[in-house]
Amino acid sequence: MAEIILKNISKKFKEEEVVKNLNVTIRDGSFTVLVGPSGCGKSTTLRMIAGLEQQSSGDIWIGDECVNDLPPGKRNIAMVFQNYALYPTMTVRGNIEFGLKNKKVPKKEREILIREISEIVGLTDYLDKKPNKLSGGQRQRVALARAMVKKPKVFILDEPLSNLDAKLRSQMRSELIQLHKKLGTTFVYVTHDQVEAMSMGDEIAILNKGTIQQMGSPMNVYHEPNNIFTAEFIGTPAMNIFEYNKVKDHLSNLSRKVKFVGFRPEHALLALTEKEKDAGYLKLASEIITMETLGAETIYTVKNEAGVMHIKSFIPPFENAKELLVSIPYEKLYFFDQEGKRYRSVSTRQMDTALAGGA
Amino acid sequence: MTWNKIRPYLMISPAILVFSLFFIYPICYMIYLSMHDWNFVSPEKNFVGTANFTNLVSEKEFIEVMQNTFVYTALTVSLTIIIALILAVWLNKSGTIYGFVQGAIFSPHIISLVSISMLWMWLMDTDYGLLNWFLNLFGLPSVPWLTDPSTSLLSLAIVAIWKGIGFNTLIFIAGLQSIPRDIYEAAALDGTNRIRTFIKLTLPMLSPTLFFLTIIGIINSFQVFETISIMTQGGPINSTNTFVYYIYEYGFRFFKIGYASAAGVILLVIISIFTIMYFRLLARRVHYQ
Repeated sequence: MAEIILKNISKKFKEEEVVKNLNVTIRDGSFTVLVGPSGCGKSTTLRMIAGLEQQSSGDIWIGDECVNDLPPGKRNIAMVFQNYALYPTMTVRGNIEFGLKNKKVPKKEREILIREISEIVGLTDYLDKKPNKLSGGQRQRVALARAMVKKPKVFILDEPLSNLDAKLRSQMRSELIQLHKKLGTTFVYVTHDQVEAMSMGDEIAILNKGTIQQMGSPMNVYHEPNNIFTAEFIGTPAMNIFEYNKVKDHLSNLSRKVKFVGFRPEHALLALTEKEKDAGYLKLASEIITMETLGAETIYTVKNEAGVMHIKSFIPPFENAKELLVSIPYEKLYFFDQEGKRYRSVSTRQMDTALAGGA
Repeated sequence: MTWNKIRPYLMISPAILVFSLFFIYPICYMIYLSMHDWNFVSPEKNFVGTANFTNLVSEKEFIEVMQNTFVYTALTVSLTIIIALILAVWLNKSGTIYGFVQGAIFSPHIISLVSISMLWMWLMDTDYGLLNWFLNLFGLPSVPWLTDPSTSLLSLAIVAIWKGIGFNTLIFIAGLQSIPRDIYEAAALDGTNRIRTFIKLTLPMLSPTLFFLTIIGIINSFQVFETISIMTQGGPINSTNTFVYYIYEYGFRFFKIGYASAAGVILLVIISIFTIMYFRLLARRVHYQ
């Protein structure tokens, strides 16, 4: 078990800087997810931790050891690859024990370890099969077993679930969470899927264009996004964000720094008509474009003066409605400045008074 | 209804016709001739049964030819593959110099064997050859490359290896590049050293390539002809006489067609065995992804 510290890490491929001056501390025993769109540098970061890629500058610490010059095999790290990277010519047993043989672990000990691990991942019956005889999920388990058997200080997983079908993916997701709890080892997990990040991580680092946008617990990044990128990246449907100018009539007197306003789709209240004149809401008369009824919830795509937005509603769907009134409580609004940074110094009280004159 | 049954046969009939005319018929005719005594011109062919075969296998010269062919094949194929594999592992990188070397060692493959034979005859000339000049430069004695029975077959093998390495290296490089990179990364994380990585991962992953090149190499070197015909004419003292050259000599110089055909049939059987082995083993033993 170990903490991982990245200090001023940069990585350049020729002229292109894919990771820019990264400073991250990955807590010991945490399940940290690096999430971001493709090309954001998350995989490169992971590969630098593993030692498969050499950083252009900066230091990487695992535990209390600076691993800058250590080869991958000496870093006490196990990695699960996106395509599993199993050794195709070896049986499942051969795959699992390859690393142990390299470390000259005696045969008896190896056998005990293999039996133990294959029971945990449910591979006992497949030990003598070759990877090409296994299903995707089973291959994934072999990859996990191969990683676990080394009893590493750190587990590194590079989009391990992206090659599985949806059902198997959600099953493996919960198995990985359980595994992390059982082992208590530091997990570093890379994914582009924010659902995976939210559901699995106890710490999420959102990357974009080689820099960390925000790092924190899933709930923290969801409810307190630091910028538009994080706000839009986390959550489905994404946060609705529109220019402040378009709703200025409803929300006057805000600071001149505020350029964008946003709210989470589930925070809006829907009604057919305005019932009473209650203050404290941003009200937008909207036209329904589409309505997706998912059973427990309904997702509306609506159009109004601010633009097109998604609303998630848990009340029974308005079957034949063409128009709706969307009301968003002031305290659920997020404000951002010109650069997309969160602008936090707008209080609801301020808005109440602002609105008294505005609407 | 019958039309539907006939149609497929009709469709493939041109191919069957060409195949029969140029492959099946010559083979059958060769087998037919191998059981006759014929001098190429006389109107009658005397049936002799299996006499040609029994004469062949009891003759010292033919046994030597068999031995020469096997030794030549073993030398050529094994050395070509080992050297090509080493070169491929070394050249399997990107960079101008590697590309240049790849191209350079491939170039013998596209030069005609006749030119190559002429070139190497000059290089291996005992008195004026460049090879001996080099040896003498370092104070070593001259080697009678093509003129001594103990070195002549090896000399021919060297020419074949020189010509074959480029092609073999290229195929090996293609094989190496088809091995997924993440396997090597997994091995690196497993703390595998380079030699073990090569033996445990690279070689097994290359086994289809290795097998393909071995069989193709064997079949090719069993049919060696041009270099022998130009450089040694089977000599000295029958030391470089191999299968195809032997068939050529008996057929077209001594006009013992039946005898030559019998040798041809034996060659056909040997090559067929390797070919069948190739397809059988390929399906079973060798690892494919």
